[in-house]
Amino acid sequence: MTVYPSSPQFKKNARAALADGQLQKALGNVRTNFIAKRAAVADRLPEFEALRDQARDLRDHVLAHLDVYLEAYERKVLESGGHVHWVRTAEEASRIIVDLAKSRGARSVAKGKSMVSEEIGLNAALERAGIKAVETDLGEYIIQLRGEAPSHIIAPAVHLNQEDVEAEFRRVHTWLPKDRDLSEPESLLAEARAELRAKFLAADIGVTGANFLVAETGTSIIVTNEGNGDLSQILPRVHVVVASIEKIVPTLEDAASLLRVLARSATGQEMSVYTTLSTGPRRAEDVDGPQEYHVVLVDNGRSNMLGSEFEEMLRCIRCGACMNHCPVYHAVGGHAYGWVYPGPMGAVLTPSLIGVDKAGHLPNASTFCGRCESVCPVRIPLPKLMRHWREREFERHLSPAVSRAFLGLWAFFARRPALYRFATGLTMRALAWAARGKGRFTSLPLASGWTNQRDLPAPQGQTFQAQWKAHQAARRKRP
Amino acid sequence: MSDNNKAGPEIRVGLLVTCLVDLFRPGIGFAAVKLLEDAGCVVSVPSQTCCGQPAFNSGDRANARAIAVQVMDAFANVDYVVAPSGSCGGMLARHYPELFEDDPALSARSRAFAAKTHELVSFLVDVLGVQSVQAAFPYAVAYHDSCSGLRELNVRDQPRTLLASVAGLQLREMKDSDVCCGFGGAFAVKYSDISGAIVSSKTACVEASGAHTLLAGDLGCLMNMAGKLARDGSKIEVRHVAEVLAGMTDAPPIAAAAPEKA
Ligand code: SF4
Repeated sequence: MTVYPSSPQFKKNARAALADGQLQKALGNVRTNFIAKRAAVADRLPEFEALRDQARDLRDHVLAHLDVYLEAYERKVLESGGHVHWVRTAEEASRIIVDLAKSRGARSVAKGKSMVSEEIGLNAALERAGIKAVETDLGEYIIQLRGEAPSHIIAPAVHLNQEDVEAEFRRVHTWLPKDRDLSEPESLLAEARAELRAKFLAADIGVTGANFLVAETGTSIIVTNEGNGDLSQILPRVHVVVASIEKIVPTLEDAASLLRVLARSATGQEMSVYTTLSTGPRRAEDVDGPQEYHVVLVDNGRSNMLGSEFEEMLRCIRCGACMNHCPVYHAVGGHAYGWVYPGPMGAVLTPSLIGVDKAGHLPNASTFCGRCESVCPVRIPLPKLMRHWREREFERHLSPAVSRAFLGLWAFFARRPALYRFATGLTMRALAWAARGKGRFTSLPLASGWTNQRDLPAPQGQTFQAQWKAHQAARRKRP
Repeated sequence: MSDNNKAGPEIRVGLLVTCLVDLFRPGIGFAAVKLLEDAGCVVSVPSQTCCGQPAFNSGDRANARAIAVQVMDAFANVDYVVAPSGSCGGMLARHYPELFEDDPALSARSRAFAAKTHELVSFLVDVLGVQSVQAAFPYAVAYHDSCSGLRELNVRDQPRTLLASVAGLQLREMKDSDVCCGFGGAFAVKYSDISGAIVSSKTACVEASGAHTLLAGDLGCLMNMAGKLARDGSKIEVRHVAEVLAGMTDAPPIAAAAPEKA
């Protein structure tokens, strides 16, 4: 199992990822497919930009009245015969679910894809209690077989190629004929389906996440493309929804308007294939459904973000568009970030949830190219929020001593223009002289961070400001 | 471009030359001056060091604010502040107001200052209405859209409009021209291997375009891409878009040596 969090070793993780040919090949899909699909579907919908504005405003409204909507939601869940468990921390959250499972004598739990269950370490907690967690999402199932964590919030196995999956299935499903054909994605899917079906039926408890919790009706909503969500919540006796508190929306109509931007931003689909709503346990007139319905509402650091400069991050609807468009994510993939949430959203959220002392690299490892913000359906200013983390680090003296020293020295000169002109004038002339005949440096003391990847273009000679002064003097002399 | 020498009150432009142009490639500054003067502006170069972005992006707000005040003071008496860079232009036009958001004394001033700041090429086209330049460059060029200019200041069509008027120039649009080159200021040094991977993807697109010269509007990105192309032994030349638009392409390209004198 991946050791969490490995965010403090981000640099080491990144280096390994860059050297991993198999990973680099798999990341090729992210670089092209997601981006083209989103662009096409956004272009087809003229009101897409207006929908993003609406989505942002709606999420802001919810965050401003979160307490009101959460209480309304709880009332509705109770009215429909369900239970609500409020939890502060990750440990509490997984303990509640483990206790529920134990007290119902459960031996296995069927799980739909849920990032918050990763956040609370649910699988490991169940395992420790001797209860088997079965991931029912194809991607999650594959990485569970491999003992890995998700590398993407909507495509957990995106770091793998088809041949990696085939090899894994052949290694694990030893009871199936050795000469079976697994050369097509469909055959892999069919094999996983067949294996999973039996496990759905055997599971005593189904755990799902939620894309949205609807205050008006007490409904939880999940979207999937495989339909596994439905099965993991309908077949078992007990359905547990685990969701973080900011997932709330006021009405079903609001959920519908967010769904319109969610699937488009995520996979470039107009709608996900399955949108599943569940409200309370099975009623007398229902043909199926669980006998018990529980909601575990996880705070785990969110309420601290409310009212802080990071509040906007809570607008996130977990579409993954920011990482799909991120050059850093494209280069190193999701595991390098070292915790549950990768990419730009992870670079903001992870320090909030596990501490900037552990996750400090994440908001720094960004070029601030702004492509994430330009596609985020709820218009989260991700670069600005990453910069706020850099400010916190700077204030707390967490940034590396060497870069602080450099910055301090640079600022000293930058705030003294005359001295700056004198010092830079000398330095640039010296550098130009040193590079004469070459126009560039292949290595330079103190600049190895630059020159280990690329040459450093040499200065032309005198600075602009020195030349401009001479130029102006000459102009004045002319009649 | 005498037709742009409109009569009327003179347009006083303060050139924010940017620290990289000041130190590494003053030729870009002179190209900017020529383009602005040809368009009828009176150009001055107030005393300056840097826009403060390195401090701002490192989380050092105190120094960023002090430098921002220094810049606003130095450029107080011009009608427009123009920079041959989307990144520094974006710093002034988008981030100065952020820096002083909670400062009643400076908030309005920083917003007014932001409103008079422009990136060079978009200033020529959008504000001055320049549609063509008098220049020749008989080569195929690729144009890289630097991130801040593109996403903070909407610089996209303006350079292409003016490049289309350069005699002999042929624009070869490359794949992913709007994707980051991996520079990112201190990022290029702090996370140099990630930056190296990103710039490799970029230079692969540049090579695939078949262009003779790569252009962009930001010297930071240009130094990164030129440095990588040079490291890989590429023949592709790299210049700032202003050099080509001003017809000032006698100096050796970025990262290239001056030709041997006979
Ligand atoms: S931050 Fe925005 S783009 Fe990224 S996952 Fe959240 S909603 Fe999607």
